[in-house]
This record gives sequence, structure tokens and C-alpha cells, in this order.
Amino acid sequence: MNQYSSLKNALIAFFLLLSVLYALPNIFGSDLAVQVSSAGDKLIAKSDLDKITDTLKSKGVNYKSAALSNRRILVRFDDNASQLSAKDTLKTALGRNYVVALNLAPSVPLWLSNLGGKAMSLGLDLRGGVHFLLEVDMHAVMAVSIDKHYNELRTLLRAERLYKSIKKEDERIVIRLKTADSKDRALKIISSELSDLVVLESNNKDELSIHLVISDSAKRDAKKNALKQNITTLRNRVNELGVAEPIIQQQGLERIVVQLPGVQDTARAKEILGAVATLEFRMVDEKNDPQTAIRSGRVPIGSKLYYFKDGRPLLLKNRVIATGENITGAASGVDQESSTPMVNITLDSIGGRAMLDTTKKYLHHRMAVVFIENKVETITKNGKTIKKRTTTKDIINAATIQGTFSSRFQITGIDSGRAARNLSLLLRAGSLSAPIEIIEERTIGPSLGADNIAKGVLSVIVGFMLVLIFMVMRYRVFGLVANIALTFNLVMIVAALSLLQATLTLPGIAGIVLTVGMAVDANVLIFERIKEELGLNSNIQEAISSGYDKAILTIADANITTLIAALVLFGFGTGPIKGFAITLSIGIITSMFTAIIVSRAIINKIYGGKKTKELSI
Amino acid sequence: MKALNVPKIDFVGKRIYAIIFSLLLIVVSIFSLSINGLKFGIDFTGGTLLEVGYQRDVDLADVRATLSEAKFKGVNVQYFGSTKEILIRLEPQSISSAKLSSKIIYLLGDDVDIRRVEFVGPKVGEELTNDGGLAMLYALIGILIYVAFRFEYRFALGSIAALIHDVIITLGIFSLLQIEFDLTVLAAILAVIGYSLNDTIVVFDRIRENFLSTRHTDPVKIINGALNQTLSRTLMTSITTLLVLLALFFLGGEVIHSFALALLIGVVVGTYSSIYVASSMILALGISKQDLLPSEKEEQAIDNRP
Repeated sequence: MNQYSSLKNALIAFFLLLSVLYALPNIFGSDLAVQVSSAGDKLIAKSDLDKITDTLKSKGVNYKSAALSNRRILVRFDDNASQLSAKDTLKTALGRNYVVALNLAPSVPLWLSNLGGKAMSLGLDLRGGVHFLLEVDMHAVMAVSIDKHYNELRTLLRAERLYKSIKKEDERIVIRLKTADSKDRALKIISSELSDLVVLESNNKDELSIHLVISDSAKRDAKKNALKQNITTLRNRVNELGVAEPIIQQQGLERIVVQLPGVQDTARAKEILGAVATLEFRMVDEKNDPQTAIRSGRVPIGSKLYYFKDGRPLLLKNRVIATGENITGAASGVDQESSTPMVNITLDSIGGRAMLDTTKKYLHHRMAVVFIENKVETITKNGKTIKKRTTTKDIINAATIQGTFSSRFQITGIDSGRAARNLSLLLRAGSLSAPIEIIEERTIGPSLGADNIAKGVLSVIVGFMLVLIFMVMRYRVFGLVANIALTFNLVMIVAALSLLQATLTLPGIAGIVLTVGMAVDANVLIFERIKEELGLNSNIQEAISSGYDKAILTIADANITTLIAALVLFGFGTGPIKGFAITLSIGIITSMFTAIIVSRAIINKIYGGKKTKELSI
Repeated sequence: MKALNVPKIDFVGKRIYAIIFSLLLIVVSIFSLSINGLKFGIDFTGGTLLEVGYQRDVDLADVRATLSEAKFKGVNVQYFGSTKEILIRLEPQSISSAKLSSKIIYLLGDDVDIRRVEFVGPKVGEELTNDGGLAMLYALIGILIYVAFRFEYRFALGSIAALIHDVIITLGIFSLLQIEFDLTVLAAILAVIGYSLNDTIVVFDRIRENFLSTRHTDPVKIINGALNQTLSRTLMTSITTLLVLLALFFLGGEVIHSFALALLIGVVVGTYSSIYVASSMILALGISKQDLLPSEKEEQAIDNRP
């Protein structure tokens, strides 16, 4: 009695060995590293690795090792100074097609990582970094969508001279027509050409008008596309910033989570992520005087009034020569002649052709560069929260065209080197399709992260030791067995977290601590039951066996209910709560295995099938 | 091997005192919750929080002066852990949202270590509050269904009564002491639900077992017996859990402080409630041996009648 078959014992031993193996990567610590990955579609190749090692050798930067794996190159260093100088060196040497970022690389031995062993991934609260929750301004997305449909519709109907008037009213388009016949024709055109528009039938008192809204599916598509496009743009911008292992994910229908481990300059990160900036190139209206237009309040037809940042007005032609969308390359630099900051621009073929035509035609005229920025902010005013949307259009410069040019030219007149760098970065990464707003920010400095790890680990160890001592005092040999089970439980939690690559956060560590406290519960239940059985029945073997059997149902019931609570936590929780729920759930499951099966296996080895007179319990 | 001595404490007989005690605590808690409310952290109210470390001791008055010059409203500055570290809290402002933290960092100067910045928009805060409430509700419903399915509806009601009792009292203590209630405290309260339930289920399991295995039908005797039999387990588990929580409370750092405190309170209240509240409740609902007999057998018995 009380003996597991050798197969069962072997299986248990195998499981335990496996968890020790996969928990192992966590004890090796990590190296200071520089990570190089591709910024575009091009894959990192062996030749890149050679180039990196050659560059570092030629510049005399010492490195520990350099290796290519998982489509990225990790160069490890012994000290902080060489890590930083390597980052700068590589960034200049490799250019824009690569993302060069500082990183901490787990120093897991090769044989272990070949077996799939990975260290736990640490949350931002443990490693330091920034977490942003961004919300896309869907109101703006809808406005753009309405505009687009309105323009298409107007062009179509104008071709056939069908309408008396057409205008936008909030989220609908209202067309007034001349005759019932033209209404029918208009409706036919709409249904065949513009399937995204839905005709509103109700409250249509006026017989000769059509009210249109965008269909729900088209609205959904527009929002989905805006979100997707913004995520792509954000990813480009983050790549430009140079962050190792960033997370950029959709959350819900309107939000994007951006996590940048290790980023300290949050001000710059915010500036870069949130900016919806683009450029427009327009000709200056030289025939009219802006001052006259301001005084009379009448802007000449075909022109519009713009201002420089310092407030000087200028009339610009309505026709746009090229926009930020035509820009394929942008690099900041310093203008040799004036030694002021500038941005080198490269246009695509369409933009280049338009620019060539314009510069030929308007030689010695002035061309202006307009910087457009859309912002959305939530502010609290008199206790009410409101969304504030602003669009600023500033002229950054207006220079005389000295000669014809097409796709390559320079923009000067930028305030500072920093502004030039930011502008070129934003132009390269592409513009956001709709303004976004940061609605949540959590930044953890590296010192606090290290602090949190130290404190978390210390409390796990101390709590664990206290429980171990207490259990031995109370249950002697059985207590010792429970302690072994508990230790394995801890190992299994770590192994499970490492294998799942679930993010460990400070609340997650708290979850582990709590699990340690609660995991012994199962053993306590069993041991108390065995004690009781010993009181009722003098046969030791039967007491052990029925003690386990009777306790198991109770343990299952108690743990399943706790698991329900943990799963609900996981489903509803965000960041910190999720971390807690994950470790708690894993802890509950592993504790059932260790407290029931592992402890039983050990007890069986000690007492099973032997003629023992007394249990040390 | 020691002779086993199961204590013979008359828990059920003394339940009237327990009921008075619990009611008193609940009334005080609800009173405090309705008068003082909870001191919600920025996770729920929205706002900005900065944890800043200095090289040397810092004077709070200086920091307050710097910040009040910038005309922020609803500023709260306090020490955090030591006199070298401070915590700055700001209400949602009228000037701007996400840029606020950058502005404060600029105002504080270069020689500070920005340890933590949290900004939560008002809308996000509102959602977290709603989601938190919903999470608690769904957890309770899920548990109710499981316990009703595994035991009987009276047990489900008993365990839910105990849980609501625990949650109200824990919240009440947080309200009385005006300890900040943030996301981690919410997580702790949900963990308390899990823990207290664990405790209650163990007792219920024993009550059911005793009802089915003995010839006694007096529920008072059976419940008393079950409570005494599980008493040492209840206390042992509470002690081990409290031990680790104390480690967390004293060593886990400031960030985890209120989390550990909520759990400490919750575990004590939860242990008490699984002994007194849950069992008093099923007794009051009139549990009997018949209610616990497996229903299939009953049906079979009826079917087998001639």
C-alpha cells in the first residue's frame, strides 16, 4: 500500500527535471548589449554581422560576443561605456535601414537556449521603460471619410448637372435636386457608384432631397484602416527612435498600446509618437499683398492666408505642389552656407515630376513650405472634460526658386537642430492617418525597476523561508516533505512563466508570494486529515491513504473557486492586475500537482509499504 | 504519535455575538464609505503622479513652492518611503494632459531621478472603475454558480454572504484609515475573495461530509463538529499566508504596501468569516441532511416504486 508504480515515479521525476531545466535560464543574469535589427523588410544577414564586428574592431570598441539569432544581432559588452560608444558607432556606420538599440540580453548558455530555454520576460515596472496608451481620434477619421465621399459624390453628380445644392451636415450629406426625375437618376448613381453611402428614408419631408450617411460597415472599415495605418506609422517612428523589443499593439477598437522598455527620454518619445505632422509645398501668391487682404478681410480667390511662426502673413496659392505623402526620404543636417539647421528631402516620382514642372514654370518665384500639425488633447475645464482639437499650419520657409529641381532639394529656416531632427524623423516614418492622444502613461525609471526586483525577490525569499520553518516546526518530516513540494512549486511557476514568456510584473511577484502562502494549504489539509484518520484508525498506511483521498476533493473545490476569481481578474484586468492574475493562476495549478502528487510520491518513498509504528507528523 | 484532540468549541452557540460583531463592523464600514468614501488613486480618478528621488534630503515646502508658481491646481506633495524621495500627485489639469509630466520634470531641474511617472486620462480612470466593479461582480457570479452546482444553493448564498462581508469590511477599513485605493488594492481585494472562498469551501466540504456520513441530523452539532475539525487547518493556512504577507508588507517596498495591507486585512477578516458568517448563514437558511443527498438517487428511488 501507498506505493506509486515506478512508471508514475519516473513521470513525476521527469516533470520535475523538466521544470528545473526551464527555470534554469533565470539564474544566469543578463549582459549589457546592443541590438541591431532591420528597420524595413530586408532581413538581417550574416554579412551584416561581419560588418558590425569589423566596424567595432576598427574603432577599437571591445565587445564580448556578437551573434545573429531571431533576425537580430546581439553584441554583448562587459561595461556600460563600451556599450554606449558601440551604439553610437554602429548607428552612424549602419545608417537608417537598421534599428540600433541598447538592450539587456539574458546570458543563457547556448545548449539551454537550443532546448528552448528562455528567461522570464520582465515587465516595465521591473526593467524600467515607458508604457503609453494612445487613443485614435475617430471623430477626425469620420470627418475625413465624410469629406472623401462628399467630394466623390459632388464630382459624379456635377458631371450630370443633377443637383440644386449639396452640403455636409455633421455626419450626413444632404442633396437637393431640381426634379423627381433627377432624384431617381441621382439615387441610381449613388447605389451603383457609391455603395458605402446609405440613403436615409425617414424624416424626409422634402420630396426633392436625399439624405445620406456612411454605412456602418464602411464606418467600421474606415476606423479599422485608420487604426492599422496608425500602428504602422507608430512602428516606423519607434524604429527611428531605436528601441529594443518595443511592443505596439491594438487594444480594443480605438486604442494602441505602446511599450518602450528602457526608454528614458519620455518627453521626446511623446513628441515623436503623438505628432501628426506633414508638409505641404505651395507657391506664394506674388500678385497680391497679404496686408491688404488682412485689412479688407477679403482673401483673393485661389489663395489663402498663412502665417510664419513669428506671425508674418503670406498669401499662398491653393494648389498644393506636393505633400508629406510624396516624401520618400528625409535627413537632417546643417546648411553649409548659413550654418543653420536644414532637412534634405527626397520625393517620389509623382512629387518629383510636379516639382520639376512647377520650378520650370515659376523660376524666380517664391515657394513656401507649410508645416501642418493636428493635435487632440483632453483637458479638464471647470470640472468637465473636453476634447480639444487643434490644427496649426505654419510656414517654415518661403524661398525663391533659383533653378529647376525635381525630387531632391533642401528645406531651410528650421528653428533648431532638434526641430530639424524631429521633422526629418516624422517625415521618414510617415504621417498618422488620424490624430492620436496619449490617454495613459506609465514610466518607470531604471533605478526604481532594479529596486522593485530586489524588494520583490527579498520578500519572496523571506516569506518562503518563514513558511518553511513554520511547516517543519508543525509537521516535522511531513513538513519537510511539504517544503520540498513547495520548493518545486516555486520552480514550476518560474518554469511556466519562462516557457509561456508571460510578463513578470511586481504584482506578479506578489502573486507568487501569495501562492507560496496558499500552496501549503493543500498540504495542511492533507496532513490534518491524516492526523484525524490516525485518531480514528490505528493503521498508519490506511491513514495516509485515506487522508490524501479525502482531502483531494476539498482541495480541488477550493482551488477551482480561487481559479475562477483569478481568471475573472485576468479577463478584466489591465497591466498590473493581469500580471497578478497570471502568476496566481499558474501557482494554483502547479500547487495542486506538487502538493498532492509530488508530496505523495515522497511520502510513499519514506513510509509506503513499510511497517512503521509512528508517523512524524 | 500524539493522540488527536479535536477541540470542542461551541462556535455555533456563540454565533449571536459574532453576528452582532459583524453587523457592527459592516455598519461602521458602510457609514465610513458613505461619509468619507474611498481615497481613490489616480488609476481611478485620472491625474498625474510622479515619484522623484533626490540625492539628499528634500524640503517639501520648496517643491510645493516651485509647483505652485507654475499654477497647477490640486497638487499634493508627500514623502515616499524616505525623506529623499517624494511623491507628487496632480488632479487632471486645464492646461494640457500628457505634456504635464514633462513640464514638471523640467521644473524640478536636472539633479533629480525620475523614478516613476503615471498619467491616467479621466476617461481611462472612469473605465477602470467600471471594469473593476464589473470584475468583482462577475467573480462573485462565477463563484455563486460553481458553488451552487457543486454543493447546494444555500451554500452558495452562504459563501457569497461571507465574501460580501469580507469585501465591505476591507473597503471600510481602507475608507476609515484613508489609505489610497489603487489598481493593486483592487487586485488584492479580488485575491481576498479567492482566499476567503477557499477557506469557506473547506469548511462547507466538511459540513457536507459530516451530514452524509453521520446519523446526526442536528445541523448545529454537525456544523460545530465540522468547524472544530477544520479549525487547525484554517488557522495553519491563515498563519502561513499571513507570514508571507507580512514579508511582503515590510520588505516589498512602498509600491506594494497598500496591496499587502489589503490582503492582510482581508485574510484576517476572511478567516473569521468562514468560521462564523458562512456557517451562520447556511444555518439560518435551514440546511438539512435531505438537502444534501444526491438528487439522482432520489429520482431513482421514485422511479423504482411499484
